[in-house]
Amino acid sequence: MLYVVIIYLWAAILLYLLLGGADFGAGIIELFTSPKNRKRTRKVMYKAIGPVWEANHMWLIITIVILFVGFPEIYSTMSVYLHIPLVIMLMGIIARGTAFTFRHYDAVVDDMQVLYNRIFVYSSFVTPLFLGIIAGTAVSGKIDPHASTFLPAYIYSWLHWFSISVGLFTVAICGFLAAIYLIGEAENEPDRLRFIRKAKQMNVAAVLSGGLVFITAYLEKIPLIEWIFGNAAGLSAIIAATLSLVLLWYLLARGKTRVLRLLAGFQVTMILFATTVRHFPNIVMLKNNAYLSLLEHSGHEKAINMLGMALLLGSIFILPALFYLIYSFQKKDPEKLRPSAKG
Amino acid sequence: MNDFIAARSQMALSLGFHIIFSCIGMVMPFFMAVSHYYWLKTNNVVYKNITKAWSKGVAIFFATGAVSGTVLSFELGLLWPTFMLHAGPIFGMPFSLEGTAFFIEAIALGFFLYGWNKFNPWFHWVTGVVVGISGLVSGILVVAANGWMNSPSGFDYVDGKYINIDPVKAMFNDAWFSQALHMSIAAFVATGFAVAGVHAFMILKGKNVLFHAKAFKIAAVFGCIAAVLQPLSGDISAKDVAERQPAKLAAMEAHFHTGKSVPLIVGGIPDVKEKKVDYAIKIPGLLSFMVAGDLNAEVKGLDSIPPEDHPPVAITHYAFQIMVGIGMLLLFVAVLYFIALWKKKIWLERRWLLILFAAVTPLGFIAVEAGWTVTEVGRQPWIIQGIMRTADAVTPMPGIVYSFYIFTGVYISLAIIVVFMLYRQIKMVDKIYDIPSNSDQLKG
Ligand code: HDD
Ligand code: HEM
Ligand code: HEM
Repeated sequence: MLYVVIIYLWAAILLYLLLGGADFGAGIIELFTSPKNRKRTRKVMYKAIGPVWEANHMWLIITIVILFVGFPEIYSTMSVYLHIPLVIMLMGIIARGTAFTFRHYDAVVDDMQVLYNRIFVYSSFVTPLFLGIIAGTAVSGKIDPHASTFLPAYIYSWLHWFSISVGLFTVAICGFLAAIYLIGEAENEPDRLRFIRKAKQMNVAAVLSGGLVFITAYLEKIPLIEWIFGNAAGLSAIIAATLSLVLLWYLLARGKTRVLRLLAGFQVTMILFATTVRHFPNIVMLKNNAYLSLLEHSGHEKAINMLGMALLLGSIFILPALFYLIYSFQKKDPEKLRPSAKG
Repeated sequence: MNDFIAARSQMALSLGFHIIFSCIGMVMPFFMAVSHYYWLKTNNVVYKNITKAWSKGVAIFFATGAVSGTVLSFELGLLWPTFMLHAGPIFGMPFSLEGTAFFIEAIALGFFLYGWNKFNPWFHWVTGVVVGISGLVSGILVVAANGWMNSPSGFDYVDGKYINIDPVKAMFNDAWFSQALHMSIAAFVATGFAVAGVHAFMILKGKNVLFHAKAFKIAAVFGCIAAVLQPLSGDISAKDVAERQPAKLAAMEAHFHTGKSVPLIVGGIPDVKEKKVDYAIKIPGLLSFMVAGDLNAEVKGLDSIPPEDHPPVAITHYAFQIMVGIGMLLLFVAVLYFIALWKKKIWLERRWLLILFAAVTPLGFIAVEAGWTVTEVGRQPWIIQGIMRTADAVTPMPGIVYSFYIFTGVYISLAIIVVFMLYRQIKMVDKIYDIPSNSDQLKG
C-alpha cells in the first residue's frame, strides 16, 4: 500500500503542476500581454479555466493531506523550515483565488476591476515562483535542522540562487503550459497566432531558466547534473523531452492543438520524472547528506493502508466525474458557456 | 503578545474566518436546490432568478472558503508541527476522505455554476444537490477530526509514544457524533437566519418584494426548523462534554466547587480568584439535572482538576452564555414564525415580524463563533485532551507575531471586499432581475 500512496503523491504533484500550472500560467500570460490585448486574453482564459479551476486546485490539498497523514515527519519538517516561503505562497493562493472570482462575480464593473486584475496577475506570478522555490529547496540540501540561529534555520535554507532559478523555471513552465492550452481555446485567428507566439516565448524562457537552474546548481555545489544524467531512466526522460520539444516547435506552426497539449504535458511529466527518479525514495535533502525518505519516514502502517484505501475509493468516484466535467466544457459551444447572468 | 499567543490567535482567526464560509458553502446549495426545484416545477421565473442570484453570491463565498481552507491545511503544520507529527496519521482518516468530498463538491460546482442551459435541467439540478451533500459530508468529517482532539481514541499512548494506531477508531471517537450533529444544525441556523434577515431587510425597504419574499421564505423555513432542533442537540453535546471533559463543562458553567444538586448558572461575572460568580441567576439543581437527569447528582467542579489544567474560565463561560442566549432567542423567533405560518397568516404581512428577522441577521453566526470558542478554549491547555499540551505543539520558529499581523490584515481586507461585493450583488437585484420575462432572455 505504501507504493500506492507514493504513486498518488507523485501523480497529485504532477497534476497540480500540469493543471494548476496551466491555471497559474494563464495569469502569467496575462501579465506579459500588452494592455491592448489583455481584455481578449482574459475572455478566452476565463472560459477555458472558469469551470475547472476549483477542481485544479484540489490537487494541492490532496498532496498536503497525503503528506501529513502518510509522511508526517516530512510534512512537519517542511512546515518548520520553509515557514516563510509557504506563508508567501499561501498569500499568493488567497489573493489569486479571490481576485479571480471577484472580478467575474462583481455585479458592478468599475475601477475595482483594475485592482482585481492587478492582484490576479501578480499573484499568478508569485505563487508558482514560491512553489518552485519550495521544490528547489527540498532537493537543495540546504535545510539545516541543527541550525541554532534565525537566519540559517529559516532564511538561508530557501533563499539562494538555485531555488530562485527553480522558481523562475516553474513560472516559465506554467506560462508555457497555459499558452499551449489556450491555442486550442482561441476563437479567432489573431488570438490563435498570439497564443502561438506566446507559447514560443515561454518555451524560450523555460529553456533559458532551465539552463540557469543548472548553472546555479553548479555554483551552489548541488549535484543536479549527476542526478539527472547519471542514470539511464533520468537520461532517457530528458532525451525524450528534448526530442518532443523539436516536434512541438514543428507542430506549433501547424496548430494541431490536441497533439500539442499532449506533447507539452509529456515534456513536463518527463522533467518531473527525471528530477525525482534518481533520488527516489528521498524527497527532501537536508544539510550534511541527511535526507527524508518516503520509505523510511512514512507514517504508521495502518495509517498508510487506510490512506491508500481512501485514495483508491475516492478515485472511483472522482475520476469519471472529472473527465465528464472536462469533456463537457471542451465541447465547443461558446454561446452557451456564459457562466453567469452578467456574461 | 508572545509567539505562543500569536500562534493561537492566528489559528483561531483563520478557523473563525473559514467557518463562516464553510457554513454558507454547506447550506446555500440546499436553499438553491429548493428554489431551483420550484423553478423547474412551476416555471415561475422568479425562482430561477433567486437561484441565479444566490448562486452568484455563493460563488464568491466558495472561492473564499476554498482558499481559507487551503490555508488551514498548511497552517496546521506551520503553527503546530509537533502536534501534526504525531496526530497526522491518527486523525488523518477524515481528512483523507474529506479530500474526496471536496473534489466531488468542486466538480459538481463546476457543473452547476457553468451548466445553465447546457445540460438536462434535472441533471443540472442534481449537481446542485450534490454540491450541498458533499459540503455537508466534508463538514462532518472535519468536525470528527476536531472531535478526536477533544476525545482522543484509536491509539495507545505509552512512554510518550503513540502506538497501536487505528485511524477508523480515531475517526469514530466519542465526540464525533454530538459535535457533528450540533455543527451541521448550527450551519443551517446561522445561514438560514442570515439569508432570511437580508431578504427581510430588502422587503422592508420595499424593493423587489416578490423576489425577496419568496427567497425569504425558503431561508426562514430552513433556519427555523434548525433553530428548534438546536437546543435539543446542544443538550446532547452538554451531556457528552460532562462525561469526557469535566474541566470544559466546569469552565462553561463557571462551576468552581464540586458538589451535589448543582444550580445552573445563567450570566454573571466569574471571579476566578475568589472562585465565585457575581450577579448570576442560579436555577437550583438544574445543572445536575441536565448533566445526569437527576436533581441531586454530583457534578465535578474546577476544584477537582489540578490548577495547571484549568481552561480560561471567563472566556469559556461568556462564550457559552452568548451561544445559549442566542439559541433561546432564535428558538423564540422560530416558534413565532411557525405560529404565523400555520395559525396567524396575518402576521406574515406585519412589519414587526420582518423587523425581528432583520434584527437577528448576524446572531446565528455569532453563536457559531461563540460555540467554537467554548469547544476550543474550553479544551485548553490541551491540544489533544489529556495527551499533549498546546504549548508543546507550537512551532519553534520565532516571529509568529508578524505572521499573525499579516494574516489579520489579509482576512480583514477579504472580509471587507466580500461584504462590499455582496452589497453590490444585492443592490443589483433591482437592475438585473426587475422585469422577469425580459431578464430571463437576456441572461440565459
Ligand atoms: C447557531 C449556532 C448555535 C446555537 C444556537 C447553539 N450552538 Fe452550541 N455550538 C455551536 C453552535 C450553536 C457550534 C459552533 O456549532 C459548536 C462548536 C463545536 C461544535 O461541535 O458545535 C457548539 C458547541 C456546543 C457545546 C460544546 C460541545 C463540545 O465541546 O463538544 C455545547 C455543550 C453546546 N454547544 C450546547 C448548546 C446549547 C445547550 C444550546 C442551546 C440553545 C446551543 N449550544 C445553541
Ligand atoms: C471552524 C471552526 C473552528 C473554530 C472557530 C475554532 C476555533 C479555535 C480557537 C478559538 C482556538 C484557540 C484556542 C486557544 O488557544 O485558546 C483554536 C485552536 C485550535 N483549533 Fe480550532 N476551531 C475550529 C475547528 C477546528 C477544527 C475542525 C480543527 C482540526 C481538525 C481545529 C484545530 C485546532 C488547533 C490545532 C488549534 C490550536 C491548538 C489549541 O489552541 O488547542 N479547530 N480553534
Ligand atoms: C468545523 C470546522 C470546519 C467545517 C465545518 C468545514 C467545512 C468546510 C466546507 C463545507 C467546505 C467547502 C465549502 C466551501 O468551499 O466554502 C470547506 C472548505 C475547505 N476546508 Fe473546511 N471546514 C472546517 C474546518 C477546516 C479545517 C480545520 C481545515 C484544514 C485542516 C479545513 C480545510 C478545508 C479546505 C482545504 C477547503 C477547500 C476545499 C475546496 O477547495 O473546495 N477546513 N470546509
